[in-house]
Amino acid sequence: MTRSVPTTPETVRQQAAESAAKRRKRARSAPIRWRRRTLLGLYLVFVMLPIYWLLNLSFQTNSEILGSFSFWPQNFTLGNYVGIFTDANWYMGYVNSLAYVLMNMLISISVALPAAYAFSRFKFIGDKHLFFWLLTNLMAPPAVFLLPYFQLYYSVGLFDTHIAVALAHCLFNIPLAIWILEGFMSSVPKEVDETAYIDGYSFPRFFVTIFIPMIRSGIGVTLFFLFMFSWVELLLSRTLTATNAQPIASIMTRTSTASGIDWGTLAAAGVLTILPGIVVVYFVRNHIAKGFALGRT
Amino acid sequence: MNKVYNNKAWFLILPMLLLVAFSAIIPLMTVVNYSVQDVFDANTRFFTGTEWFETMLNNPTLQAALLRQFAFSFTILAIQVPLGIGIALLMPKRGWQASAVLILITLPLLIPWNVVGSIWQLFTRGDIGLMGVGIRQLGYAYNITRNPADAWATIILMDVWHWTPLIALLCYSGLRSIPDAYYQAARIDRASKWAVFRYIQLPKLTNVLVIGILLRFMHSFMIYAEPFVLTGGGPGSSTTFLSQSLTTMAIGQQDLGPSAAFSLIYFLIILLVCWVFYTAIMNMQKDNANQGGA
Amino acid sequence: MEWMVWTLPTAIFFSVIAAILLGMTAWELVSPTVERRGFLPIATTRGDRLFIGLLSAAYIHLAVVGFTDITIWFALGASVLWLLVLMRWG
Repeated sequence: MTRSVPTTPETVRQQAAESAAKRRKRARSAPIRWRRRTLLGLYLVFVMLPIYWLLNLSFQTNSEILGSFSFWPQNFTLGNYVGIFTDANWYMGYVNSLAYVLMNMLISISVALPAAYAFSRFKFIGDKHLFFWLLTNLMAPPAVFLLPYFQLYYSVGLFDTHIAVALAHCLFNIPLAIWILEGFMSSVPKEVDETAYIDGYSFPRFFVTIFIPMIRSGIGVTLFFLFMFSWVELLLSRTLTATNAQPIASIMTRTSTASGIDWGTLAAAGVLTILPGIVVVYFVRNHIAKGFALGRT
Repeated sequence: MNKVYNNKAWFLILPMLLLVAFSAIIPLMTVVNYSVQDVFDANTRFFTGTEWFETMLNNPTLQAALLRQFAFSFTILAIQVPLGIGIALLMPKRGWQASAVLILITLPLLIPWNVVGSIWQLFTRGDIGLMGVGIRQLGYAYNITRNPADAWATIILMDVWHWTPLIALLCYSGLRSIPDAYYQAARIDRASKWAVFRYIQLPKLTNVLVIGILLRFMHSFMIYAEPFVLTGGGPGSSTTFLSQSLTTMAIGQQDLGPSAAFSLIYFLIILLVCWVFYTAIMNMQKDNANQGGA
Repeated sequence: MEWMVWTLPTAIFFSVIAAILLGMTAWELVSPTVERRGFLPIATTRGDRLFIGLLSAAYIHLAVVGFTDITIWFALGASVLWLLVLMRWG
């Protein structure tokens, strides 16, 4: 690091001030930075510890889990995972869950996009009340709708199909998608729309070729949230399925039998339910912060 | 943004409206129908009028579950909101560390709710769980299936583990939207850390915090799968919350009428709280817009 | 439709709600609402006042049915009266 020799009194003073500031900053911030890191580290340990324990147990046999207490697997085994991947009843649970989650994401995003556009660009009769009604569906406890759902889907012949669960999850996922997308769309200046219309674009062409590419990070984040809430829901998916479309979450209850609980398989199945989430969150990691504020910060 | 008044926007809403109405209005109507009858099956039913509402409102079990629910919701909010703000302030702002911390912190939100229950069951059991064994080693007879206080504390801890990330991420995104110029101005004024937090960071956080509190409050009212797996609502009924009482009544005992009446009361409570929060958010945004315009 | 177990009172209830919503829409088309401050602490439109009225009506009914022996028709009367007051001066 070479410094030019100061030639004027101003530069001398400036350089002195700069180096003093740097020294002061370094002296002050080193302990503070370490304190911040320690506190954050402690929280991360708190977050990871239960997950680590799940991972640890998933690599042990049941006799080891119950017989000896250890912080890491003594006899490392993949037996629990092999058991899940070789039993069609088990791995079909993951296929079923992913199937209805993907269907739900597709349905929700395709009807939510135009609706969110309408809410972000236009005023119309009952717009605020409609928005509030959507919000109440997001907040409504699924337990309230449980009984009629069973009857409704049974009577239209959709009981125990993937599409039934996908439609049921629309109840809270469509409002959520509209809420998030509306925030992202409102941050696109209106002049974009107007210029496109002046250039002779029709609404559908403008919407698909110009507008959607402009908010693609918002759409990515929305898809992430749709995935998340459909993937984690248990009550509706369990009630609306019996055998053909049974989600993994309800298959997991099978680990507890009369002869006790199959801890190893339970842990391994749990680990496998976390993996899709990690993959999805990795893709949107750079936009997720904005998405969590529903596009409005 | 100045919105155009145009009722044709309804056509853009329509597909969504049909789908949500199918999932929301038809079931809601059915619940109302159930609530005034004693239903055995579609052909055998008796009109009971308001009887179920009267029974449910005066049912001590449900009143206790409601009180427990409020106690639970306020406890977790009191812990999660300050903790979430604190973590958001600690999170690194850029670089690979920011991404890594973000992914790790989001992790609990992506786990199916019953698996969250299973994870904590495995973690807190006295014979095979790290925490359960650890606390017993320290000399405290920790037992969530016998001791209501232990069960209650564990459920709170589980919920803090599960949902604090939501508040933290909301606040983090709020903090990131503060322009650097604000911090520079504060440095020139030699503002203390507390002053920076109080006058620069907190005002920017109120918007996201209200959303966060709304979401957390509502979700805590729906909590079902986690305590169901972890404690089964016990010991006794010390951790039985509203959703679980309702599900037990509806699915377990097939009492359609009473559980429908109870659903409606539950729904009205949610509706009121939701409306109060929504109005607060809307008025806040209006105030912000007015200040921005002035 | 059979599984929805309709009864006459609930059918009337939902018809009235639907009629009110249609009426409000028509009214809005004829003369659009203006947001204003009444005795409520927030500025409201007609639709807001209707919602507040209906929600409080639900709570009035619950209170009367659950905790008193007064007939439900009294609650209905009180609710309608309250709704009118709210729409006019709220």
